[in-house]
Amino acid sequence: MTRTLEIIGAWLLAILWMLPLLYAVWTAFHPSEYATHFSLFAPLTLQNFANAWEAAPFARYFLNTTMLVSLILVAQFLLCTPAAFAFARMNFPGRDIVFGIVLLQLMIMPDVLLVGNYRTMARLGLVDSILAIALPYLGSAFGIFLLRQVFRSVPQELDDAARLEGSSLLGRMWRVYVPLARPTYIAYGLVSVSYHWNNFLWPLVITNSVSTRPLTVGLAVFASTDQGIDWSIITASTLMTSAPLLVAFLLFQRQFVQSFMRAGIK
Amino acid sequence: MIKRRSLLAAGLALPAVARAQTVQKLSFYYPIAVGGPIPAIIDGYCKEFQAATGIEVTPVYAGNYGETLTKAVTAIKGGQGPQMAVLLAAEMHSLQDLGILVSLDEIGLDAAGKAWMDGFYPAFLANSHAEGKLWSVPFQRSTAVMYYNKAAFAEAGLDPEAFPKTWAQLQTAATKLTKRDATGRVTRWGVKMAGDTGNAQWTFGALANQAGHVLMNQAGTEAYFNSPKAVEALAYWQGLATVQKASPDGVSNWPQLSPDFLEGNAAIIQHTTGNLTNVRTNAKFPFGVAGLPGRDGPRTVVGGGNLYFFKNATPAERVASLKFARFMSEPARAADWSIKTGYIATRPEAYETKALKDYVAGFPPADVARGFLPVAVGELSTFENQKVYAALTNNVQACLNGTKTAAAAMADTQAEADRILKPYKKA
Amino acid sequence: MIRRETLQAWALILPALVLLVAFTHWPAVTTVLDSFYSTPKGSRPQRFVGVDNYAALWDDVVFWKAFWNNLWYALATIPASVILALAMALAVNTALPGRPLVRMAYFTPTMLPMIAVANIWLFFFTPDYGLFDHVLSLFGGARHNWLGEPATALPAMMVVAVWKEAGFFMIFYLAALQAMPPDLQEASNLEGGSRWYFFRRVTLPLLMPTTLFVLVNAVINAFRVVDHVVVMTRGGPNNATNLLLYYIYEMGFRFWDTSMAATLTVVLLVMLGALAWLQFGVFGKRVHYR
Repeated sequence: MTRTLEIIGAWLLAILWMLPLLYAVWTAFHPSEYATHFSLFAPLTLQNFANAWEAAPFARYFLNTTMLVSLILVAQFLLCTPAAFAFARMNFPGRDIVFGIVLLQLMIMPDVLLVGNYRTMARLGLVDSILAIALPYLGSAFGIFLLRQVFRSVPQELDDAARLEGSSLLGRMWRVYVPLARPTYIAYGLVSVSYHWNNFLWPLVITNSVSTRPLTVGLAVFASTDQGIDWSIITASTLMTSAPLLVAFLLFQRQFVQSFMRAGIK
Repeated sequence: MIKRRSLLAAGLALPAVARAQTVQKLSFYYPIAVGGPIPAIIDGYCKEFQAATGIEVTPVYAGNYGETLTKAVTAIKGGQGPQMAVLLAAEMHSLQDLGILVSLDEIGLDAAGKAWMDGFYPAFLANSHAEGKLWSVPFQRSTAVMYYNKAAFAEAGLDPEAFPKTWAQLQTAATKLTKRDATGRVTRWGVKMAGDTGNAQWTFGALANQAGHVLMNQAGTEAYFNSPKAVEALAYWQGLATVQKASPDGVSNWPQLSPDFLEGNAAIIQHTTGNLTNVRTNAKFPFGVAGLPGRDGPRTVVGGGNLYFFKNATPAERVASLKFARFMSEPARAADWSIKTGYIATRPEAYETKALKDYVAGFPPADVARGFLPVAVGELSTFENQKVYAALTNNVQACLNGTKTAAAAMADTQAEADRILKPYKKA
Repeated sequence: MIRRETLQAWALILPALVLLVAFTHWPAVTTVLDSFYSTPKGSRPQRFVGVDNYAALWDDVVFWKAFWNNLWYALATIPASVILALAMALAVNTALPGRPLVRMAYFTPTMLPMIAVANIWLFFFTPDYGLFDHVLSLFGGARHNWLGEPATALPAMMVVAVWKEAGFFMIFYLAALQAMPPDLQEASNLEGGSRWYFFRRVTLPLLMPTTLFVLVNAVINAFRVVDHVVVMTRGGPNNATNLLLYYIYEMGFRFWDTSMAATLTVVLLVMLGALAWLQFGVFGKRVHYR
């Protein structure tokens, strides 16, 4: 009995959680007069997507976001891996203090430091560039912390064996530690990609033009019209902008959950 | 010694001269205040300008007025802003205070230029004068107008061709237009006006004028909220909800007004002329456009954006920008702009063109707003404009939500505005 | 003579550290310095003003409004999203019919850009014919101006935040639950212990490290995410939904009062620091965390 109630509860919650997306799908695929009226016999249309695609340079925004997200992901992996390795497996004076300084960023996120970072970018002449959107996030305390945790759990014997075979420091890091941390990389990559795909405030502040704006900022610029909201176009563009992430998640759902499980983020 | 200095000056001037001869690119921030086809229209004008002058103007579409203002100023402060931008006409004092504007007088207006500036509707230049100089060129201009549902008027036993001219008439009409179902739930509101952040000050500016009150001095150093007339204006707004029960309680949001109107949820909305094409395309019922009523007779407020020129441009770029402004205001183009968007053409001569004459004859609502220009005032415009707007908006919202009386709200706005404007008062 | 390993370690750390310091620690320090200076304006250059900015902030009603809003917002959204996340994880960790579908439903909000879904929520909250009012009216409910009334505007923002976040935290709980040795549950079943007892005495303590991790993220998000405020209310009505970071954005990029923005940022940083200390220092001690 309680079990049935639990199942019903879980499903109700699921439906509730899907409502916005369901509404978006309904509205996006029907003519605008059905945005606020529900009728089973409403005709289907793709016009809203066509209109949205026409109304703003979404192709360019997609490109910008893709470049941004890949830049951040690759740089984070390349920068965090060696740092995490050093913190996990090397002994040097000041290690714990430096690690503490790094961890500070877990709480003091660059997102809060809009004004200060804007000024830095202005001094560097980087305002309105994709690099400027990415820079504050490249050195990631979260990434270093996660990788350090997993590197520390790598059996010392494997490291020693590689050392006996004559592997260099970087060689050991690359051939022993990185492969064993694969689930962590996947989980962290997922978090990073979804975070930066959806990030808004800092890109809003630092970008000015179509050639740098990521999807989120483009969407906001596009949605804020004087005429008022056109829900059909908004929902169509919402689906368009989030489709890649959603599809990726649907395809790799199981792998994602498992990588989180094995990543030791707990 | 003198020689060396002049040599140095010549050396410094050289690159500027070289640049002057090769002004080929201008960048121009533009608020897409209305969605749809507008960017394409602007792109078209820029191409025509390039064909005529060889100067490439790149428009940057940066969101609504507030966002475009933020973007333009932030970019200029960051050292790489545009040479010109269309921003709210009312931002003149603030922009000047930031020290980023260059006046038209500084760029250089010859006799022909002065005559050209005199050719704009005076109401649209209301927010352009300060310190005896001209700071902006009217471009994307509108006034507040009322859109009303003629079917609802007929249903409520009102004459669809006679929109209320006074507050009392509007109160009566709005009460009649408000429709309730059997449970007493409202299914159609009489009237809705925007009180949300970013728009409350515009609505209120119109109401204050309707009460016969001016909210600030021309220098932008003083604001006058704590006056019986301003209180009366706010009380009238609040009363539409609390007394007449013909408008919803609390704050109505600007972006929602159009859908509300098109949905039949509001019989009358106060909106911008720039929304005309949208309403015309999407309304499934006969609708009318009318000027705003006033306490004693029609009064309204102008709105929209002017073209500003920035200091960071080279002298040659400034001249080229001014050329662009003149190009954009040529009668044929101003007429075309008005026809395609619903904005008011900024110059009377545009209404003499055949295109606009024919258009207005075929679609009379398009000419309603122009008729109210003589009773329009400029927008609320002071130094630290956005801060004063925020103070006013907060208090208007508090009043609409019933946490403050109109009198208290205006007194508090005054205190806050005085505090904000204190550094400017003696200047 | 510096050891070789030390040099190597620093070489490995330095690239990441330089970027971290340049865009987190350095701006934090300059922000603190800026808060003691006035905002430069066209004719008036920047000058040292001591704690004037802090005094002005103390007298600023909008600041206090945003401060308390943010506190309430945090106090409501953090427990709500963490508890919901745990409940979701427990639900999809059992043999639920249609489990992948349910799990997907819980998680999708995480994948959608806040800026986009906020527009959809805007429709849900629309008075009269929006989804919530429409459904309520079927049961004879009254009209609600959800985002236009101060009493409901902030709770509406909280709902959106919880909806957006719970699924993200669920993943962490789910990963932790699945990593738990199944024999624990079997042992408990043999002993005939109630499920609630098992949950309280075994599952929950084992989930403590996850809870701390999730909690840290929830706290950060409560102060970091203001995208929905930008889209839905812009802080209104009468600052009922103004949050600290949004106020910083307004100060810095709408009013161009960079000094006040810096002062506000310092306040936010101090709050975050205090919360970090509370979490790791007090709460964290009770968690066995490597």
